[in-house]
Amino acid sequence: MDAMAIISIFVLAVFVGFEVVSKVSSTLHTPLMSGANAIHGVILVGAIIVADHSETNLELSLSVVAIVLATINMIGGFVVTDRMLEMFKGKKGASK
Amino acid sequence: MSRGLYDLIGLAAGVCFILALKGLSHPKTARRGNLIGAFGATLATLVVFAYYAPLNNLGWIIGAIALGSIIGVPAARRVQMTQMPQLVALFNGVGGGAAALVAIVEYLALGEGATTAVVIFTVFTVVVGCVSFSGSIITFLKLQELMTTRPVVFPGGRFVIAATLAAVLGVSGWVVVALGTTPLLVLAALSLLFGILFVLPVGGADVPIVISLLNAFTGLTVAASGYVLDSTLLIIAGTLVGASGTILTRLMADAMGRSLFGTLFGAFTAKPQDVSAAGEERPVRSGSPDDVAILLNYARRVVIVPGFGLAVAQAQHTVRELADLMISKGIDVAYGIHPVAGRMPGHMNVLLAEANVPYDQLAEMDEVNPTFGQTDVAIVIGANDVVNPAAQTTPGCPIYGMPILEVSNAANVIFLKRSMRPGFAGIENELLYDPKTMLLFGDAKASLTKVVSALKAL
Repeated sequence: MDAMAIISIFVLAVFVGFEVVSKVSSTLHTPLMSGANAIHGVILVGAIIVADHSETNLELSLSVVAIVLATINMIGGFVVTDRMLEMFKGKKGASK
Repeated sequence: MSRGLYDLIGLAAGVCFILALKGLSHPKTARRGNLIGAFGATLATLVVFAYYAPLNNLGWIIGAIALGSIIGVPAARRVQMTQMPQLVALFNGVGGGAAALVAIVEYLALGEGATTAVVIFTVFTVVVGCVSFSGSIITFLKLQELMTTRPVVFPGGRFVIAATLAAVLGVSGWVVVALGTTPLLVLAALSLLFGILFVLPVGGADVPIVISLLNAFTGLTVAASGYVLDSTLLIIAGTLVGASGTILTRLMADAMGRSLFGTLFGAFTAKPQDVSAAGEERPVRSGSPDDVAILLNYARRVVIVPGFGLAVAQAQHTVRELADLMISKGIDVAYGIHPVAGRMPGHMNVLLAEANVPYDQLAEMDEVNPTFGQTDVAIVIGANDVVNPAAQTTPGCPIYGMPILEVSNAANVIFLKRSMRPGFAGIENELLYDPKTMLLFGDAKASLTKVVSALKAL
């Protein structure tokens, strides 16, 4: 991919990232951080790609560790965020 | 599968992540937002399997994913809500570690064939990923109280940190010029060391800000590794997290009245606090559950200030019982929630929501502070730093400048505490010695239960 396309994607994504979270109450800071944390677990994709073209034992073992860590980050992150938000839902029910 | 389709599905996953962050910013859509994010991540993972099929080392890959799930899911399911912040820190750290490993493996595989741009991005990913990993481990240890929560400052500390940073930059240059495995591994080791040194001087109360910052760091490493691996999706997802994480870090720092710079570099200049002798000799007024109940019975307005100690004692339900009882006696009751009550912004809201405390009784700091003048009793349960007047009166103390709940303006203050031990930030609280303060020592849940039955009897 050429450099200009990558820079464009990067700059636009920066602004989108700024915009989507610019107004958020402190109540949601923790779940939002946790959710964003889970999203960067998508590095799992990168870990799978490098595992695919690993040729030496060293490369393969490092990639396998990377996959384990990335999976923990991604799946664990989404599950724990859901648990936090589940409680907010309970609160809404109680105030009805 | 064609490259076009692969990129298109990657783009769809990227859009899912944008919708996820947007959803997570509003209470009503938060849970759906998180699910959309999870869907996007699943989509992205599955499409890689399809595009690169047949994958080499498939057995290893599936096995590693299974192992990660076996570790991650139960950890996320079983963790006590009180310990959730350190789990998030840990998840963030392993993500940073994964990104660094991915970059190292790709570097090993490319060998001499790597372009300078790829090497630069690899260096960035390794450095920041390692800092995020080791830094997150330290924040985990601090939050889990496996190590001291106070700033760790040692003589000449700032020179050691500066020297380490200089070494990291120097070795980065070496890697770019010399292209070798050894320099890269030296770089990784130095970066790990820098991450540790970077987080050690941060005080306990500021740890959430650092976690958020490291989260943004990890996002950027994912973006950089996306460049190395030619994956648009990783660039989009990583940049989104990096950008939104930066904003979120600033919002958190604002909510705590901290400057980001002060948080990260304040400890370089801070003197270790002298908190020793003074407290032990001084008289405090301690009361019985009956004294507390009598005080409450004749109050017109009571503000409950819950802190982390409440959550540790699992007393959320008992405190709700007490609040309901007071309301039934016609007393005006509100919960004063400090933005960082608990261990992270919004943590206390999560914990009270778990106990079904009605949302309209929760008052944010700005709402509740002007009302303390008309408040007869402020009950501080397992909180300390968030009501410590030192934040307003003692320049140079680690929490100076943090907005606090001004409970000292209430006619009476009751502290429910386990001991005279200072709070998470490790600072003595003058309010404990104030003549209008009454202390009720003991486990928060046991104390509250006694107060409830004493109040019922009145």
